[in-house]
Amino acid sequence: MNEAERLVELIPRLRRYARALVGDRASADDLVQDTLERAWAKLHLYRRGTDLRAWLFTVMHNVHVNRVRAARPTDPLEDEMPELAQRAAQGDALLVRDLDRAIARLPAEQRAVLLLVTLEEMSYEDVARTLGIPIGTVMSRLSRAREKLRSMMLGQSAAAKLKVVK
Amino acid sequence: MNEEQQPSESELQAYADGRIAAEQRAAIESWLAAHPDDAERIETYRRLGEDLRARYNPVLEEAVPGRLRRVIGPMRRWHPVAKAAGWATLGGALGVLAGWQLHELRPAAPVASDSGALMARRAAVAHATYSPEVRHPVEVGAEQEQHLVAWLSKRLGAKVQAPKLDEAGMSLVGGRLLPGETGPVAQFMYQTTSGRRATLYVRAEAHGHRETAFRYARENNVSVFYWIDRESGYALASADLSREELLRIATLVYKQLEP
Repeated sequence: MNEAERLVELIPRLRRYARALVGDRASADDLVQDTLERAWAKLHLYRRGTDLRAWLFTVMHNVHVNRVRAARPTDPLEDEMPELAQRAAQGDALLVRDLDRAIARLPAEQRAVLLLVTLEEMSYEDVARTLGIPIGTVMSRLSRAREKLRSMMLGQSAAAKLKVVK
Repeated sequence: MNEEQQPSESELQAYADGRIAAEQRAAIESWLAAHPDDAERIETYRRLGEDLRARYNPVLEEAVPGRLRRVIGPMRRWHPVAKAAGWATLGGALGVLAGWQLHELRPAAPVASDSGALMARRAAVAHATYSPEVRHPVEVGAEQEQHLVAWLSKRLGAKVQAPKLDEAGMSLVGGRLLPGETGPVAQFMYQTTSGRRATLYVRAEAHGHRETAFRYARENNVSVFYWIDRESGYALASADLSREELLRIATLVYKQLEP
């Protein structure tokens, strides 16, 4: 099987990741399309024998980051946002209706790590390579992403209980 | 490890992901047993992973939109043929030969079922079974081609055609219905005036959204070129023709059946 065929076979996985990353189906497929176009044009940069999946997800990550940056030029690095911002957001835990919403509220950097680890089931080393970050950063982002999701879920179930009681 | 020794946060994350070596696991579990809050927290992390997979894995089963499929290889309609034909000359442009060997060595990616190879094997067996037949090579002869095609299309639940291979010096002998992996499949038989035979194995593809390049397989002395083109999977088999002759015919078939 050549690279073109393997790229085609990876499309469903790109779509799964993109769907979780950006939410709605059409935008997710736009991201996949941009990613495939870029990967196809840059295939000569892929080193044969290395992990094509990791390479492709790197391409997707870069495309995504560029798109987000283009859309919101002044957005600070969300990962560096103070904890306070997240705490304040817990107040509207009632609005977190489902997993999609919770995922969408994670800082982009944490979301990427969490999804590559849990959905793609990539090794931590591959996640580090794919995102171009140290493995220690992978672990800390993973930890923070999970803790935020957990607190959102806790807020949600607390809210649900309140409703029942009342 | 003594029970007092607290696992690092990274170890706990890895534990939640089921990525802790067996010898470390016991120590972490005993620590968690003594720390129920952390145990609950790590269990929540683990379940979050399950929830995420349950939520998004169904995307893997969705049909891939055409606009995405068409990106890879702008000339995808003739790409499979071009690539196969280029094996000898283009060599490594896309690493087809190397890719093929890799394909043989590498376990199939979880997403990609290698049902194509299975189809090639079945086609080769069917060819070896029926092509030596002198008196009953087919169920329905070429003189009833219309009936044959209509019957097979009905049984496969997909439009089936018998390509014309006169250009390659082969004429239709007829066809038959065979049991396949997931339902009925069709086999058309062709032969040259000197009696050399090739069979075309056609099956309906459940997921109608895949296209593959030509692939070559050899089963005992039967050569097979096989490919999947959306609604149908094809495998052209022959024990009498050279690989080059067979590729030429496969190309003809591909061009004629292009929807």
